[in-house]
Amino acid sequence: MHDMSTHAASHGAPTSFIRKHVFSLDHKVIGKQYYALALVAALFGMFLSWIMRIHLGWGNFAIPGLHLLSSTGAPGDVLTPEYYLQLMTMHGTIMVFFVLTTAPFAAFGNFFLPIQTGAEDMPFPHFNMMSFWVTFSGFIVLAASFFVSDGPTLGGWTQYAPLSAIGSAGGPGEGTGVILWASSIALFCVGQLLGSLNFITTTLDMRCKGMSLMRLPLTAWAWFITSVMGLTAFAVLMPACILLILDHVAGTSFFVASNLVINDQLLPHSGGSTLLWQHLFWFFGHPEVYIAIVPGLGIVSHILITNMRKPMLSHRVLIYSMGALAALSYMVYGHHMFVSGMNPVSSLAFSFPTLVITIPSTIVVLIWLGSLYGSKLRINSASLFALGFVSMFISGGVSGFFLAQPSIDIMLHATYFVVGHFHLVMGVAAMFGIFGGTYFWFPKMTGRMMNETWGKVHFWMSFVGAYCIFMPFHYLGIAGNVRRYQAFTDDYLIPLIPVHKFITIAALFTGFAQLIFLCNLIYSRFKGAPAPNDNPWEGTSLEWSTATPPPHNNFGDKMPVVYHDPYQYSVEGASTDYIMQTSTEKVHSPDEEK
Amino acid sequence: MATTVHEPPKIDLDRLTSQGSGNGGWRNLVPADGDLHRVKDHHAPPPASTGIWVALAGITMTFAAFTSALVVRQGSAPDWQHITLPSVLYFNTLVIIASSVTLEVSRRRVAAFMGGLQNKDNHAATNPARWLYITLALGLLFVAGQTFAWVQLRAHGFKLSTNISYSFFYVLTVAHALHLLGGLGGLVRVIGKVNRSVLKRSTLDATSRYWHFMGVLWVYLLFLLWMKL
Repeated sequence: MHDMSTHAASHGAPTSFIRKHVFSLDHKVIGKQYYALALVAALFGMFLSWIMRIHLGWGNFAIPGLHLLSSTGAPGDVLTPEYYLQLMTMHGTIMVFFVLTTAPFAAFGNFFLPIQTGAEDMPFPHFNMMSFWVTFSGFIVLAASFFVSDGPTLGGWTQYAPLSAIGSAGGPGEGTGVILWASSIALFCVGQLLGSLNFITTTLDMRCKGMSLMRLPLTAWAWFITSVMGLTAFAVLMPACILLILDHVAGTSFFVASNLVINDQLLPHSGGSTLLWQHLFWFFGHPEVYIAIVPGLGIVSHILITNMRKPMLSHRVLIYSMGALAALSYMVYGHHMFVSGMNPVSSLAFSFPTLVITIPSTIVVLIWLGSLYGSKLRINSASLFALGFVSMFISGGVSGFFLAQPSIDIMLHATYFVVGHFHLVMGVAAMFGIFGGTYFWFPKMTGRMMNETWGKVHFWMSFVGAYCIFMPFHYLGIAGNVRRYQAFTDDYLIPLIPVHKFITIAALFTGFAQLIFLCNLIYSRFKGAPAPNDNPWEGTSLEWSTATPPPHNNFGDKMPVVYHDPYQYSVEGASTDYIMQTSTEKVHSPDEEK
Repeated sequence: MATTVHEPPKIDLDRLTSQGSGNGGWRNLVPADGDLHRVKDHHAPPPASTGIWVALAGITMTFAAFTSALVVRQGSAPDWQHITLPSVLYFNTLVIIASSVTLEVSRRRVAAFMGGLQNKDNHAATNPARWLYITLALGLLFVAGQTFAWVQLRAHGFKLSTNISYSFFYVLTVAHALHLLGGLGGLVRVIGKVNRSVLKRSTLDATSRYWHFMGVLWVYLLFLLWMKL
């Protein structure tokens, strides 16, 4: 446990390829490994969404080569209904866990949290290395389910019982596929718990001289708050996955009720609680939404401040609001279960905090908008994606008001309205945060700049494309289009098919924009223009005061001492329009922490 | 058990070796005027001290989830059965409590030894790992006792899938035992470091906190099992 708490100073710079690039203890390398994992997972998840969208728009269209993915799931290169559900499940699982959690939290957090706090490394580098490789193993286990006889599970990323717990009687992938899914997620939980342990301890104990908690940048606060959420949420999902696996392999009855007959087959379980899974899952699941988005709140604030050249209206209130979001996220999980036969009083009890949680969200948005008002924002790819994040967060958040009401949610539950809501507020917004962070920190991570022109093209195509995909989802939901249907029979859904076709075209268009990003990323990594200096955006936090890319122990021979708040821009009487945290320049700023 | 004792390392008791890279700490605020003389705290708490509390918080959440599952599952169906707990569990409880006592004794002796405060006439103080070995033996005895309980139940035909009560019994006790094995691993490393005179105080403290927590957790689980099963 703590015996592994060697520090960067004691684990000197590695010399072998394996220790330097594979089993590295360096938080920066581990951060890049997480980013690479998230990138591969995102491309795979996007590829799956393309297949699903094409199938929804043109159900009988043969996608050349699709049978290579599964000869039984796509005979004649056309998806079977079951395989559509299997791909949908994998899309959701990969995106939520291995992209939206991995990139903004584990990847950027690993790379920049120690640097922004002024530490040489995480306090438990062996655990940090393990966290990545355990997470990576989880991804491999999940991907392995494509190669088992009946393919991956089809139960959706939420894996509701009893379907997820009854074994192969439930359909393709409900046997081995579910076991692999649950094993993968349990491994992922272990990885994130190890990561959270490091993040929390780094923030509390590893800060450099002068770095008080309130002098931490908003990104560091966001990662800290997220790690606290991760610690408590993943510690609950892991036992849930263990119980689910036991229902499969040990014949227990945690989640399967008595006398259940599936496909003319009487199941040998007795007395299990189907709602128990929902309770355990959503106790994790709703904080997970904030685990995905809170790092984005920090990243976007960090980028906007740097480009506005002025601090946010209130640094403290932003921190308190992110903390309030985290605390409230545990009190609202029942709103995912309004249609589970819940007592109306319980519905009210979950509805109220769901409405209350919009208050800190609104405060964050108002601080952003109020700070942006009148500022001379530097327009670049990073700031555009930050603005896009704000837009998506508002658009997706507004529909949350509707879904927070049990009476409305009962009508909209399990429709495309919900899918549109969470894709905008959690999926696209978080992705925009990842893109913004990539364009912003790329020079520090690699020593090269990304191409700005292609970055802006990427932004505008993604921004327009994402709205073209997900705003019609709300319309579809209000029209009664149920989610997770693989095709539309001859009923009221027929008139909605043109909308689906439009969405599919928009999805392909938006996906193409991501390929532009990928090319820009790879090209810039090797051939991009060298970063002009260590601080190309004229930032103030510690990552900009060290070399590019940072040395093994982050700061070279001399550890930093912090004298200023993180965002001292446009300070009256200062020699430049920004004062770095390590600057010894004495200025009077009304915003400075006393 | 023989122990090779080396010269104790010299540790400045007033100022523990910094384990934070830059000594930031909780309250270490350099004033905006840059006057470093006004900094009150000279060192951060060792990360192991904070890290162990974070780890224990995570473990607490895991067992809280298991407990919630037990309560919800018990109320969901009429198949809940009362089971008689194997009597060896009560013996095991005494063993794990005793191991906490011996660990606390060893923690104090090792701390005194490492601080160079040992009495040369006191044989126990010059063999600081002795009580750690006893703790380790008690820990192994606890695991053996738990294993005996599982074997005993299986011999009577009570398996994981026999009834949901047994399912929870096995899940909770095995989960606890797995966590306890982590504590045993920690003890082995501490003993190794004591014998090589490279032990950090924070390492010993964190290990003992973890071990004591395992004891408290077991008492809680026994109470839960006794009440609910």
